[in-house]
Amino acid sequence: MQPDVWRSILVASRHADPRNSIGRRGFLKIGAALTGGIALGANSGRAEPASTSPPADPPWSQSLGAGVVDRPYGRPADTEAGVIRRNVPWLTAGTESSVSFSPLQDLHGIITPNGLFFERHHAGRPDIDPDQHRLMIHGLVERPLILSMNDIMRFPQVTRIHFIECPANGGMEWRAAQMNSLQFNHGMISCAEWTGVRLSTLLEETGIKKDAKWAMVEGADGAHMNRSLPLDKCLDDCIVAYAQNGEALRPEQGYPLRLLVPGWEGNVNIKWLRRIKLGDKPWFSREETSKYTDLMPDGSSRGFTWLIDAKSVITFPCPEKPLGPTGLYEIRGLAWTGNGKVKRVDVSADGGVNWQTARLHDPVLPKALTKFTLPWRWDGAPALLQSRVIDETGYVQPTIAQLRSQRGSNSVYHNNSIQTWEVKRDGSIFDVQLA
Amino acid sequence: MFNSRSICMMLFGACIFGAASGVTGAAEPGQFGYGQQATQDQIAGWDIDVRGDDGAGLPPGSGTVERGAELFADQCAACHGTFGEGAGRFPKLVGGAGTLRNDRPELTVGSYWPFAPTLWDYINRAMPMPTPHTLSADDVYALTAYILNLNDLVPNEFVADRDSLPKVRMPNRNSFIWTDPRPDTAAKACMNGCADPADVKITSTAEGLNLTPRASGPLDTMPPK
Repeated sequence: MQPDVWRSILVASRHADPRNSIGRRGFLKIGAALTGGIALGANSGRAEPASTSPPADPPWSQSLGAGVVDRPYGRPADTEAGVIRRNVPWLTAGTESSVSFSPLQDLHGIITPNGLFFERHHAGRPDIDPDQHRLMIHGLVERPLILSMNDIMRFPQVTRIHFIECPANGGMEWRAAQMNSLQFNHGMISCAEWTGVRLSTLLEETGIKKDAKWAMVEGADGAHMNRSLPLDKCLDDCIVAYAQNGEALRPEQGYPLRLLVPGWEGNVNIKWLRRIKLGDKPWFSREETSKYTDLMPDGSSRGFTWLIDAKSVITFPCPEKPLGPTGLYEIRGLAWTGNGKVKRVDVSADGGVNWQTARLHDPVLPKALTKFTLPWRWDGAPALLQSRVIDETGYVQPTIAQLRSQRGSNSVYHNNSIQTWEVKRDGSIFDVQLA
Repeated sequence: MFNSRSICMMLFGACIFGAASGVTGAAEPGQFGYGQQATQDQIAGWDIDVRGDDGAGLPPGSGTVERGAELFADQCAACHGTFGEGAGRFPKLVGGAGTLRNDRPELTVGSYWPFAPTLWDYINRAMPMPTPHTLSADDVYALTAYILNLNDLVPNEFVADRDSLPKVRMPNRNSFIWTDPRPDTAAKACMNGCADPADVKITSTAEGLNLTPRASGPLDTMPPK
């Protein structure tokens, strides 16, 4: 096509666009108000959804679409507007020290889109100027350092795919089934590709004094959130990350800088990271004494329970995505372990009496979400769907009854039990627990 | 990472040159040379952490229970209640003594927190919630004294400072196990006939509880439960 032909089309559409788009949008609003929702065919701007199906040629096939920078960043289709992080309003006093859950029922891979990565923060989301952000490393080091973001980005890069899970994921289910939802029972896990610098690189740059055994990591938010980490873990696989899925971290995820502690509970993955101090003992901060400790039935509490044990969940079907007509379905789900790689996932349709091994989908990465599927013919009878992961250490995901027998029901954190979905005759799905 | 020793062994001459010009990538402190050395002043401004078990890092200053009561009414009571009883979903700070083995335990500063200096540290770094880290050291000491006093852990005349706080004996101090005992379940990966089907019973269901926000459409705004 000749450039002048392009130009004439663009000029024509520029003239046409304002009138058309306003008219179309206005029509959509009216249509949505009349029908009480957005029907699929309403996008056409015509009344009859059926007219967009074959043999009809739908209107989007007979019109010029929006230009390349119409949405210079991009966003999901308007009809995906309901795929969002969601909170449980009655769970917390306000939204500033709270959590939003990832919509796992609408996600299809092992990578969580950046806008849908679950959030947990303790003093709201700070909006930080990266030019003014600093990381201080001090304590038992040879050379205390202050690094700007530019300094940090000069260090050798590392990129890894890892999940982060809040250890309170599923915490509302210790006593009994409570939330009839995949999103609200399991949505405090997300997984991304993280880019940054190894924490070991930074600590080697400052030099580590021989008495140093622990690191205190602290955020720049109003909570000044801080946790203690054993130095061995810091030098093993921790990442000081500034990018997530290839772009800068989202503010909700710690922009401009956060800590990644692969396989360990979300709370230690300090966001808005501004300070690392090495010491000879742990700090016993509020977040590792009053919170993130596990109360046992005998009144004792477990502290420093950092590891995320192996866990899996069926993401289809689920309460949000029920079954339709009888026939062949693909059961889909996610599995993960803080102990390395997922080795196997089994699926049961009869509440754990009989199991079948599911297919794991590549890539199977350490401390990352792993996808599994299993074909299943549903005959319309009630069923109890479960998945069970075995990780590379041989650890087998327990039932809620097995967990309760060890820990009672007041330990809040680290509920990695097998999820049971009850399938009813009409295909609806409910969160249940079994004896 | 490069390993300086192996590079040296392979390329002895080159390594000497490399080390001198700073391009080996070896793990020597300062080899990259990025950033600025932190000065004592800079460190002092941000070095706010206080260690819970021994109070290391507590600053000079002091505060009384009486002064703490005034400050608490002014700065904290809107969320935590005048006597630390909590308000709405905001945390209760007082009570719960002896409840940790109960079916419904109450975890508060008095019943659960193992170390008093952690309380100073947390108030200092995170409170009051709308204006965190704006209180003076003296005020943080006073609030710490007041909350400990509300929990009957210190007398009315208690003065909190860097010496007295680490000596406060918190009732739950020795109830924590600081090494993770997991894995504590020994589940087996049985494949067939793993249970008697007659024993597989639903013991609880989320159906009909009306606790779950909607997971489609606009965000749900549910009333408090």
